[in-house]
Amino acid sequence: MVARQTDLDHSELTMAANRLDAVRFAEVMRSTYKDISRISIGQSCAAGADFPTKAGLRTPATPERRAVSVIAMIEIHELTKTYGSTTAVSNLTFTVRPGVVTGFLGPNGAGKTTTMRMILGLDEPTSGSVLVNGRPPRSHAAPLQEIGGMLDPRAVHPSRSAYHHLLAIAQTSGIRKGRVDQVIDAVGLRSVAIRRAGKFSLGMSQRLGIAAALLGDPATVVLDEPVNGLDVEGIRWIRGMLQDLAAEGKTVFVSSHLMSEVAQTATQLIVIGRGQLIADTSMDEFMAAAAPISVRVRSSDQDALARMLRAPGVTVTQAADGALTFSGVSAGQVGAVAGAAGITVLELATEQASLEDVFVRLTQNAVEYRAGT
Amino acid sequence: MTPSTTHTAVPGALPPYRLPQRVTQLRVIRAEWTKLRTQPSAYWALLTSVILVVGFGIGYSLLRVARPPHGAAMASFDPAAISLSGVQLAQIAAGVLGVLLVTSEYATGLIRTTFVAVPRRLPMLWAKAALLAAAITAVSLPAAFAAFAGGQSILSRQDLSVPLSHPGVARAVIGSALYLAAVGLVGLGLGALIRNAAGGISALFGLLYGLPLAAGFLPGSLAADVTRYLPTGAGQTVTTVQPDSTMLHPWSGFGVLCAYAAVLLAVSAARMRRGDV
Repeated sequence: MVARQTDLDHSELTMAANRLDAVRFAEVMRSTYKDISRISIGQSCAAGADFPTKAGLRTPATPERRAVSVIAMIEIHELTKTYGSTTAVSNLTFTVRPGVVTGFLGPNGAGKTTTMRMILGLDEPTSGSVLVNGRPPRSHAAPLQEIGGMLDPRAVHPSRSAYHHLLAIAQTSGIRKGRVDQVIDAVGLRSVAIRRAGKFSLGMSQRLGIAAALLGDPATVVLDEPVNGLDVEGIRWIRGMLQDLAAEGKTVFVSSHLMSEVAQTATQLIVIGRGQLIADTSMDEFMAAAAPISVRVRSSDQDALARMLRAPGVTVTQAADGALTFSGVSAGQVGAVAGAAGITVLELATEQASLEDVFVRLTQNAVEYRAGT
Repeated sequence: MTPSTTHTAVPGALPPYRLPQRVTQLRVIRAEWTKLRTQPSAYWALLTSVILVVGFGIGYSLLRVARPPHGAAMASFDPAAISLSGVQLAQIAAGVLGVLLVTSEYATGLIRTTFVAVPRRLPMLWAKAALLAAAITAVSLPAAFAAFAGGQSILSRQDLSVPLSHPGVARAVIGSALYLAAVGLVGLGLGALIRNAAGGISALFGLLYGLPLAAGFLPGSLAADVTRYLPTGAGQTVTTVQPDSTMLHPWSGFGVLCAYAAVLLAVSAARMRRGDV
């Protein structure tokens, strides 16, 4: 079990490599022909087949009439945003790719929402640039098809029904009523669709916000803290939804201030603190690099074991209870050395810092700095 | 953890949407119409406007028929203006509706959802302006005619009434509805500029009532010269029949009011087009 740890790492790396290939494949498909990539990566419907709708649509779209994006991704280059003398985002550069869920992590006040507002074209960068699907976010002729976003799930008129809220958004782009019904069904709001949105619970509001983001079947989805304040069922639902969207080849960018949340949903990770980029990596690499695995051992002859395992790159510390903690060796190696030397192993365990520990350690400086100003 | 088992709460998967999409001014107008007709405050403001136009017009006519004018006062007696006097109050409702139509989006944060859907932003403002003017006119025109008809039937008891065919009377009745629409646009411009309901309504009151009061303190002919070009002083000429030599010509005066609305909308559009929301 313990000895398999390294093997597991290898297989995960291979999986990550495969995933990257899939991403590149999706990109190529998308850049070649957006509609084809959607059909082939997304739903298993026949090309040209129409979806059922209550509105009685006449004909499916002719592909030429749909604007074709270059590459469905978010490209952020040397992005800086200052409000007066406060710097919210400082010189950020990263790319969010299609086909995977990318987590956007940082403590409260790190600049996540500011960054997302600039991605959605709501705030203007002080300097630097944001490209969504190859173009500035405000320059798309069919914006809801390019980018769907949710910043604040409570941003609804309290006396308007969920249905009319969504209908008004859909109508700006000429999206049919049938689509509004589809997203309402997809997020599970059918039974409350005609109720005033102001009476919604936070969970229902989150679903409504996500429904609005998905109206135009966008290539890029940006959600700010979508699991905030949700119950277990709601969190599970959003996780599944995000993974489904990524599997369809969409670019999915989701912020959170909770590492554990991101760890369970995202495969790529952008970490910021104090408005600056801290990490831009895959989830697996982030874990491996930031949280080295250590081996805790208690044996009949600790001194001999420590001597035998001494090697470059191996460190050892002794705990108060006499247990030794090695890093740089695997539990299997420790067990093998002990066995060969006839040392009785009393306890042998692999330890890894929790994701939350890693995250806190990474962003600690940023938080301290903010608290001090 | 596999995705297929984690979201059992979802009744149905979301099919792709492959129909063409594009933002056009007409579509944004349709969307804003959906918003307007599902916003209860709009109904209340329009209903209040109707009640004030009709109710106050009839009430003031009853008052004047009980105290008919004598001698010199008879010459400046304007029966049409008396039956339309409710417009002076209804302009609050019309202006406040204009303010709320846009500030409610800023207050709830809905404006960000709107601007993600309409990233060029200004089509939203033009759509709101067009629908606001149309809605106020559509509601105020019958109200103005009702107030005129009711008021004249009351004033006719003392033979004080004036027929609709009398020169300038039809213009005053129609002008009353147009005046309210223009005040609504002034409110919309203020709301879009200030982005806050309380601030926008305060500014509206300042413009409609504060400025004429302040102008009244100016010395001599200066007061009249300034009042003539204030939004209310200029705009209300279109709602009266008897010409006032100190005021502008009716349609010129209405043009000045429209210019106020146009400038406010242009300035707020310039601010809305760029910058953060």
